[in-house]
Amino acid sequence: MVMTVPESQQGKAIESWQGQVEELRGLVSERAMTGETLLLNMGPHHPSTHGVLRLLLELDGEEIITCLPDVGFLHTGIEKTIESKQYEKGVALTDRVDYLAPMNNNTVFVMAIEKMLALDVPERAQVIRVICLELTRIQSHLVWLGTHALDMGAMSAFLYCFRERELILDMFEMLSGQRMMGSYIRPGGLWRDLPDEFLPALQHFVDIFPRRVDDYEALLVNNPIWRDRTEGIGVVEPEEALALGMTGPTLRASGVNWDIRKAEPYLTYPRYDFNVPLGEHGDVYDRFWVRMQEFRESIKIIKQAMKNIPGGPVRSQNRKYVPPPRAELGRSMEAVIHHFKLWTEGFSAPDEEVYVAIEGPRGEVGCYLHGTGGTKPRRVHLKTPSFMHISALGKMSQGHMIADLVGIIGSVDIVLGDSDR
Amino acid sequence: MTQQTQPANPVELLKERFPEAVKYVKQFANETTIVVERKQVIEVLKFLRDTKGLLYNFLSDISSVDYYPDPPTEQRPERFAVSYHLYSLLYNRRIRVKTFVPEDDATVPTATTVWEAANWLEREIWDMMGIFFEGHPDPRRVLMPADWDGHPLRRDVPLGYETIMFSFNVEEILKHKPTGKEGRVSE
Repeated sequence: MVMTVPESQQGKAIESWQGQVEELRGLVSERAMTGETLLLNMGPHHPSTHGVLRLLLELDGEEIITCLPDVGFLHTGIEKTIESKQYEKGVALTDRVDYLAPMNNNTVFVMAIEKMLALDVPERAQVIRVICLELTRIQSHLVWLGTHALDMGAMSAFLYCFRERELILDMFEMLSGQRMMGSYIRPGGLWRDLPDEFLPALQHFVDIFPRRVDDYEALLVNNPIWRDRTEGIGVVEPEEALALGMTGPTLRASGVNWDIRKAEPYLTYPRYDFNVPLGEHGDVYDRFWVRMQEFRESIKIIKQAMKNIPGGPVRSQNRKYVPPPRAELGRSMEAVIHHFKLWTEGFSAPDEEVYVAIEGPRGEVGCYLHGTGGTKPRRVHLKTPSFMHISALGKMSQGHMIADLVGIIGSVDIVLGDSDR
Repeated sequence: MTQQTQPANPVELLKERFPEAVKYVKQFANETTIVVERKQVIEVLKFLRDTKGLLYNFLSDISSVDYYPDPPTEQRPERFAVSYHLYSLLYNRRIRVKTFVPEDDATVPTATTVWEAANWLEREIWDMMGIFFEGHPDPRRVLMPADWDGHPLRRDVPLGYETIMFSFNVEEILKHKPTGKEGRVSE
């Protein structure tokens, strides 16, 4: 590599448009200080960074020497805002954390509240929650597959994926009236029961979707360009993946068998028979492959759950935490009092702490909830998989070409709302 | 299964190994919280990770709590607390290690030497809660802008909001708003 630094500039700190490069000393290599390697901003407006992710790259030719991810452009202070809201009202904010898996964030927050209050959830609600969570997983993976393939130059997969995702969003609209931010899952159960048209729509989806997954695979798996660009790229060893805090399909692609649905089963997951797909090499291709298999496993779970949806209520009957149905308000004074108390003051939770983790589409989503003894939480911390995966991007992309970086970012499936909260 | 792979009781082993560091142990909703001395938290974490029978090898989360404005009690001697949520893949169980941090010396030794995953989690706590991690390799802000003043998740930082406009107060509010000409309702 020929040095391109003019003689007068050699040995001097470089001034960039954002201040002194000196601030980066210790974070980038010494060669960047003299201008021998190139410092390049990728994002936050780059289409392949899946949102507003900025990467500061140090490049030697096309090779990445250092990659410094920078997040926070989508920080909306959700954790702070939840502290000023009653527990039930906080649910609406958790939708906005990971906007591709809103049901998932609802569930983890609601499960933390339920654990704290020891609140019962009717079985019907639990089964419907499982169906919703698996649909969320499929639709999140569909967005991932579409955009990941688009980044790598396969345009048509994107169109097919969004065609199927539309079916799922339509079902979510039936459930909650909203395509994405439904807040359908509430403390003690669900907002309301399934509408009549939901199950036929779900049946239609379950019938056609496995064939569609085969179509996606036919587009990509046997495509020599796709395989050339993904195999052996961004390899993460299992020990390294655990040390870096990776979870979910990204961890499983490295061969670590850890799925929270199996390890610490929640809701009605222990009833269903499904496999946990594992990768072997921990490269971009294996992460792709694991998620493709997860489509099929999710459909398996939905099929089993659909067959056996028990009857009964969809919300807990504990009136101290769950408002009475509207019809009761006309008949019962007690119901009016409960309704008034719950919608003005809200319910109280003890001054204690709980941590709940569930398996989201991207990995372990955790909620650390600390009550005050009053009606508002003291602290809600959402441990989000994207945040951990972005922090690992630097390690994963070292030594790769800049063109491969796009594939690596796509393969860990990041959502910036999830990371910035 | 041999004797060595049997899961051991983390509380007993910790009390035996660090009799002074472990302050008290709390049980709530089937979760164990071990409250330890701040200066020894890294040794405790390393012990939990490496000891046979414990092997809490995965760092799930690091979270922080601000107990302001509650007065200090015997159970909560300081204003801040940092909680480490550990998970053992082998024994499939979780544990929480918690340490209290005083307001006038809000520092904790960094856990990046134990798990690399702690890097960004600690940066986030420094950014949002203002608890500094001594020895952290990259102590920059992560979510807030680099020139931000203060730490927004502290409970004494007010949550900003705008007063809702009604017909009785709309003129008063608009008077103080830096809107352009077109934004004015009254002439």
